[in-house]
Amino acid sequence: MSSSSGSSMRTPRRRVAGLGSARSGTGHFWLQRVTGISNLLLILICVPLVISVAGEGHGALVELLRNPFAAVALSLALFSIAMHMRIGMQVVIEDYVHSEGMKVLALIANSFFTIAVGGVGVFAVLKISFGG
Amino acid sequence: MVQLTLPKNSQLTEGTVWPKPTGANRLAEYKIYRWNPEDGKNPHVDTYYVDRDDCGPMVLDGLIWIKTKIDPTLTFRRSCREGICGSCAMNIDGTNTLACLKSMDDVTASAVKVYPLPHMPVVKDLVPDLTQFYAQHASVEPWLHTETPAPEKEWKQARGDREKLDGLYECILCACCSTSCPSYWWNGDRYLGPAALLQAYRWLIDSRDEATGDRLDHLEDPFRLYRCHTIMNCAKACPKGLNPAKAIAEIKKMMVARQF
Repeated sequence: MSSSSGSSMRTPRRRVAGLGSARSGTGHFWLQRVTGISNLLLILICVPLVISVAGEGHGALVELLRNPFAAVALSLALFSIAMHMRIGMQVVIEDYVHSEGMKVLALIANSFFTIAVGGVGVFAVLKISFGG
Repeated sequence: MVQLTLPKNSQLTEGTVWPKPTGANRLAEYKIYRWNPEDGKNPHVDTYYVDRDDCGPMVLDGLIWIKTKIDPTLTFRRSCREGICGSCAMNIDGTNTLACLKSMDDVTASAVKVYPLPHMPVVKDLVPDLTQFYAQHASVEPWLHTETPAPEKEWKQARGDREKLDGLYECILCACCSTSCPSYWWNGDRYLGPAALLQAYRWLIDSRDEATGDRLDHLEDPFRLYRCHTIMNCAKACPKGLNPAKAIAEIKKMMVARQF
């Protein structure tokens, strides 16, 4: 199954052994569940907040974000969702992208994208909250 | 990227439609995947008609009838014909199962469609190459590991601990589960697959085994273990009614438990 050259000369046990166990993956598995729970809790807080100012214009939203509780909840939600998105997308990439170079590029792009999206979102909330 | 279409030399073509047996009242139509590595042709699907009044009730009975009465070149594995050897695992009516345990009456389509186990290299016709699958099973070292000197008589086990092995030891290594798993299709070179992981768990919870930590170390890997996304095809396919997905979930719980 391995596509590396000369693989047919290797024993099946050698192919299965590969590079050995990475001794990791549990932290990733656990974080995916923990951020799943935090996403749920934070969304339950943030959605009513956003609905409460729906249709009330820009001023009402700015006023809402001046409230430290709302700003912290929204910032944490952005952070938690971006992290969850990053590790979830990482699993999808590992599942389906098999060329090593493309996989590494996709994993790096995934990290850059999610950190940028999360960072810009949190910055925007804090900027409004601090009156910028 | 993952391969979503078959390579050109694997694409199926129409095969021979073999004549119906004369004088038969009840016929079962079989559509069977055929591939011969020596003729240089693409795989094709041959159509056969089985005289059900001259044949046993199971799909395997029909295959043996075809091989005996119509086409001796049809190649498949079989041995015990009672669901204990695991040899006749194949894809029947769209599901991986044992041909000896699948009744022709239970086939939902109008024809009995028989293909080799999915996403495995084919040796010939319905015979898959399971070399990798067996090597993966061997890699979990499915035997008792101890450091304590062996007792004079036997390793003792409490009744409750023995019961924990029920639902695990019955696996016959037919490969129906692993070859039904999409994660195993895409990453079968690195993901151990449900069958090997079920056996890994069988030794992880054996109260007599003294290598639990080493066994967990061997499995703690993003690919070997964590490619399981709880798709559950394994549990659905298992002809012995076992639940490899649950065993894998239990391994993940053990992995988390030793972190805290």
